[in-house]
Amino acid sequence: MNVSLDLILAQMMLGLSAGVFYAMLSLGLAIIFGLLNVINFAHGALYMLGAFVALIGHSYIGPWLGYEDFQLGFWPALIVAPLLVGCFGMLLERTMLRRLYQFDHIYGLLLTFGIALMLQGFFTNYFNVSGTPYGGQPESLNGIVNLGFMYFPKFRLFAIVMSIVVCFLTWFVIERTRLGAVLRAGVENPKLVQAFGINVPLMVTLTFGFGVALAALAGVLAAPIYSVSPLMGANLIIVVFAVVVIGGMGSIMGAIVTGLTLGLIQGLTKAIYPPAANTVIFFIMVIVLLVRPAGLFGKE
Amino acid sequence: MPEQAQTQARGRELLRIEGLNAWYGESHILHGIDFTVNEGEVVTLLGRNGAGRTTTLKSILGLVDRRTGSIRVNGSEIIKQPTHRIARMGMLGYCPEDRGIFSRLNVDENLSLPPRLGDGGMSVDEIYQMFPNLAERRSSRGTQLSGGEQQMLAMARILRTGASVLLLDEVTEGLAPVIVQALGETIRSLKDRGLTIVLVEQNFRFAAPLADRHYIIEHGRVAETIEASEIETKKDRINQYLSV
Ligand SMILES: Nc1ncnc2c1ncn2[C@@H]1O[C@H](COP(=O)(O)OP(=O)(O)OP(=O)(O)O)[C@@H](O)[C@H]1O
Ligand SMILES: [Mg+2]
Repeated sequence: MNVSLDLILAQMMLGLSAGVFYAMLSLGLAIIFGLLNVINFAHGALYMLGAFVALIGHSYIGPWLGYEDFQLGFWPALIVAPLLVGCFGMLLERTMLRRLYQFDHIYGLLLTFGIALMLQGFFTNYFNVSGTPYGGQPESLNGIVNLGFMYFPKFRLFAIVMSIVVCFLTWFVIERTRLGAVLRAGVENPKLVQAFGINVPLMVTLTFGFGVALAALAGVLAAPIYSVSPLMGANLIIVVFAVVVIGGMGSIMGAIVTGLTLGLIQGLTKAIYPPAANTVIFFIMVIVLLVRPAGLFGKE
Repeated sequence: MPEQAQTQARGRELLRIEGLNAWYGESHILHGIDFTVNEGEVVTLLGRNGAGRTTTLKSILGLVDRRTGSIRVNGSEIIKQPTHRIARMGMLGYCPEDRGIFSRLNVDENLSLPPRLGDGGMSVDEIYQMFPNLAERRSSRGTQLSGGEQQMLAMARILRTGASVLLLDEVTEGLAPVIVQALGETIRSLKDRGLTIVLVEQNFRFAAPLADRHYIIEHGRVAETIEASEIETKKDRINQYLSV
C-alpha cells in the first residue's frame, strides 16, 4: 500500500464532515430516547424536512405566495427550519406519541416509522427523488480554504465547526446546568420529578421538539452540501442507527464522540481501502454487538 | 378534653382525605381511606406490610393509576389535578420509600432539584449545617452515598423547597439507631418550626413520641384512630394491629 499522509488527512476531513451529521442526529436520538423511551424512526425524515424548509424557503415560497422577490436566506433558515420542524415534532408528540408511552418501545418505533414513510411519500410526490440543488449557500461561505494538506470547501468547514459547537453546547446544557439536571432526573425517575412540582409532560414535549430541531438544523447544513431529496434522510438514518447501536443509547457524550469517530474511521477507510468505506461502520457494529451489546458508552 | 382543645389550637385543616380509593392497574388497593391532618401536626400511618400506607401517600400525589374520593389540601380539591400541580397547590414535600436519589445527579444537584414551593424553606447552607455528612460529599454522585446519607439527602431536599406539609415514607427503614435518633430530633425540630408531617412508619417506638395522632391502616382502610393520649390505654389493640 502506498498512501500518502496528505491523502489520509484529506479523507479524514471529508469523513469528519460526514461524522458531524452522524453526531447531530444520534445526539437528538439519544436525547429523545432518554426521556421518551421512543426510538424515533422519523428522525431521518425530520432531517429531510429541515433541508426542505431551507430549499422551499429559498426557491419556492416567494413564487407560491406571489412575492417573486421573497427568499428565505441560508442564515435565517438556520433558525426558521429548526423552529418550524421542532414545532411540528411537538405537535406529533402531543397528538400521537404521547398515547404510546405506556406501551412497549415497539409501538413508538412503528408509529415514527409510519410518520417517516408518510413524510417521504409526500415529498416524493412533489419533488425530484434524485435531488434538487440548494441555491441558497451564502456568498461568504463560497470557495475553498487551504488547510495545508488539502484545499477544503469553506462551507463544509463551516458546517463542521457549527455542528461541533452545537453538539458540545447541548452536552454542556444537559450535563452542567440546572435545566440539564432536571432533564437527567426526568430520565431516571419522571414520576418523582413530577411529584416535586415539575411539569414533566411539558418537559417531554419540549425535549422531543429540541431533538427534532437538531435534526432539522443538520438538514439545513446538509442542503448546500448534498442536494435536497426526499430520500436523503432515509439513506443517512441507516448509518446513524448503526452509530447509535455502536455508541449505546442514552449517553450524550457517547452519541457525539461515536458519531465523530465513526465519520473519521469511514474517511480513513476510504483512504486505505476504498471498497470497504461504505460497510466499515456496519462491520464495527457487528463486532460491538458481539462483544458489548449495550454499546461502547451504554450501561448494561 | 384538653388534648382535643390543643389539637384545635394547632390550627386549620391542611389535608383532608375522604373515601379515597386507589388502583394499580386492575388491583384495587385502597378501599375508602379517611383522615385529616391539621396545620403543625405530626400524624402517622401505621400498619403491616402491604396495608396500603405507601399507596395512600402516592394517591395523594397522583402517582397511582387511578383514584377516586376526595383529597383536599389547603381547602382545594386536588384529586383531578395532574401530579406536578398537586405538589405546588398543597406545598407538599415527598420523601419516597425508596428514597428516590438520582444517580446521574451529584449531591448538590439532588438537593436543588425540587423547585421552591413556598417561602421559609431552608437555605443550602443551613441544610449543610444540619447534615454535615452531606456537606462533605456535595460533589459525589447521589447513589454513591451510604443508605443513611441518602435518607438524609432525601429529607434535606424537601426542606429546601419551603414545603409546608411533608409526606415521609419509612424514613427510618434500615438505618442505624444513632441515625434514627438524629432523624427523630430533626422531625421534632421541624415540628417546632410549624411544619405539618405525615409519617408512614413501621417503627412504632420511633413514631410514638413524635406524633399527635396515629391512623392504623389495614386492607386499604383506616382501622383505628389513636390520639397520642390514648397510646397507653390502647396499647394492646395497637400491638394486635401491628403484631409486634
Ligand atoms: N405498583 C404496584 N402494582 C400493583 N400492586 C401494588 C403496587 N405497589 C403496591 N402494590 C400492592 O398494594 C398493596 C399495598 O402496598 P403498599 O406499598 O401501599 O403497602 P405499605 O403499607 O406501604 O407496606 P410496606 O410496609 O410493605 O411498605 C400491596 O398489597 C401491594 O402488593
Ligand atoms: Mg410502604
